[in-house]
Amino acid sequence: MTSTSLKGRSRPRRAQEKGPPGAAARDRAAWFLVLPALLPILILSVGPLLYGIALAFTDAQSGRTRSTQWIGTLNFQDLLHDTLFWDSFRIGLIWAFGVTVPQFLLALGLALLLNQKLRMRWLARALAIIPWAMPEVVVGIMWRLVYNPDAGILNETIRDLGLGDGRDWLTGLATALPAVILVGIWAGMPQTTVALLAGLQNTPHELHEAAALDGAGAWRRFRTVTWPAIKPIALAITALNFIWNFNSFALVYVLTSGGPGGRTRLPMLFAYEEAFRYGQFGYAAAMGCVMVAVISVILACYLVGRIKGGEER
Amino acid sequence: MSLPTSRAARAGQYLALLAYLVFLAFPFLWLLSTAFKPARELGSLHPTWIPEQPTLDNFRQAFDEQPLLQAAANSLITAVSAALIAVVIATPMAYVMARHRGRLATAATGWVVVSQAFPFVLVIIPLFLVLKNLHLINTLWGLILVYVVWSLPFALWMLAGYVRAVPAELEEAAAVDGAGRVRTLVSVVAPLLAPGIVATALFAFITAWNEFFFALVLLKTPEKQTLPVVLTHFLGAEGVADLGPLAAAAFLATLPSLVLFAFIQRRITGGMTAGAVRG
Repeated sequence: MTSTSLKGRSRPRRAQEKGPPGAAARDRAAWFLVLPALLPILILSVGPLLYGIALAFTDAQSGRTRSTQWIGTLNFQDLLHDTLFWDSFRIGLIWAFGVTVPQFLLALGLALLLNQKLRMRWLARALAIIPWAMPEVVVGIMWRLVYNPDAGILNETIRDLGLGDGRDWLTGLATALPAVILVGIWAGMPQTTVALLAGLQNTPHELHEAAALDGAGAWRRFRTVTWPAIKPIALAITALNFIWNFNSFALVYVLTSGGPGGRTRLPMLFAYEEAFRYGQFGYAAAMGCVMVAVISVILACYLVGRIKGGEER
Repeated sequence: MSLPTSRAARAGQYLALLAYLVFLAFPFLWLLSTAFKPARELGSLHPTWIPEQPTLDNFRQAFDEQPLLQAAANSLITAVSAALIAVVIATPMAYVMARHRGRLATAATGWVVVSQAFPFVLVIIPLFLVLKNLHLINTLWGLILVYVVWSLPFALWMLAGYVRAVPAELEEAAAVDGAGRVRTLVSVVAPLLAPGIVATALFAFITAWNEFFFALVLLKTPEKQTLPVVLTHFLGAEGVADLGPLAAAAFLATLPSLVLFAFIQRRITGGMTAGAVRG
């Protein structure tokens, strides 16, 4: 580590003046610091990723004795006509948007509340984090207990309120997807709330007071002081949430296993079954490639749009 | 915030907070309630919030039905190892990502972002084949390696954020005062980063403890499986489950994470570094 690198970005000009020798030493020091993490990343992340993309162009199957052949884009051509996959893909997008958007709005509301000087705030914070501390499998199990048609609290509450007999939420064709989306929203609330709350706490509250003295109402203070301060975090967490949700597996695996009749079969469940139940490694890898491509395009549009919007402000 | 708030607005805030708490807490309370209910009450058509005759039978039965202790030990070994390794190798890299401007830092940041977009299914098939060749399928070590790499993006993301929150002026001041580079890192940067490192390690622990997909694919025999995988064995083939033991085991599996969170939740939300910048 050299002193120029320690000074970091606050002194970029001086680093440049020093010329190539300083930069080379800095690079060496940086490599030394990065290497311990870089090696596992290359071997277990970048490598498998490339391997996975390559597999998509082969007929690889599990437990087969015949050697794997290159088959070009045959997997992708098959995928194009695989209506089951596209159904699953559509469900995945509905799920990802249906979870990410309400989750963000609810979490923002909660973060703003937790940032107030309310009594019992610490208790509220602790409770709000409970869903985060739970394994996704437990979240799924828990909501199965809630949704249980006979012994579940949801139907019991509906019966108590005189709203009918309730229903079997997770096996009903119409209710299964909304029911799992609600669980998805619930499960991701704490991460989003904590991220936004951290952003809120770094908002300079002198600015808030100044704005209030100038007669700005709560909404204007939010627009002009709070939102600009938390915007980078809000962008990052919604983008991450979207990806995580689209790639989500455990929750729905436990709740419905993709049923009824494939109504909640997210692309991850579909690809998992293709790979590890039917052993179609190549075909499943092709599905993975398509998923990455689509998600990347959606995210690129979102981030570029948001960042540009921020600059125009 | 020291802004005056009207009484009506305050009441509204408390009401909203209460609504949030009910939404967030009720499924967990229902899990607890189910875990302590005797079989007779679980079969009743009018379940109650509070068990009429609370019992520990479900817990006993849960331990009889599945190897929960073995699974907990597997989970603990895996999660602790993965969290420690991840933090040790991620902290220096995060420092470079935050402070160093160059191709290396850009590439690292790029990987953090891009790796988040991989569907696990694209990575799991090659990983499965690679680990199979290394004879690491169905071993905790194979899973630990996967968890380390899998928790790195978020660990780097968090840690780089914490490093950026340490003002570069502090490091420059230390350099002006004659502290060497290593000493600056160890005695100025590290103490300010410590809460962030702890938070990151706990995050990595909890991710690994809770993780299901990789464990499901990579661990085949019941005596190797981690808690989340063993929990799904309680769910019958047709979704018919013995609700009591299921709830009891699920509750126990959640306890370690809950306890850890109780300890660190202030650390995660509170910005110690923000204070350092202002002060």
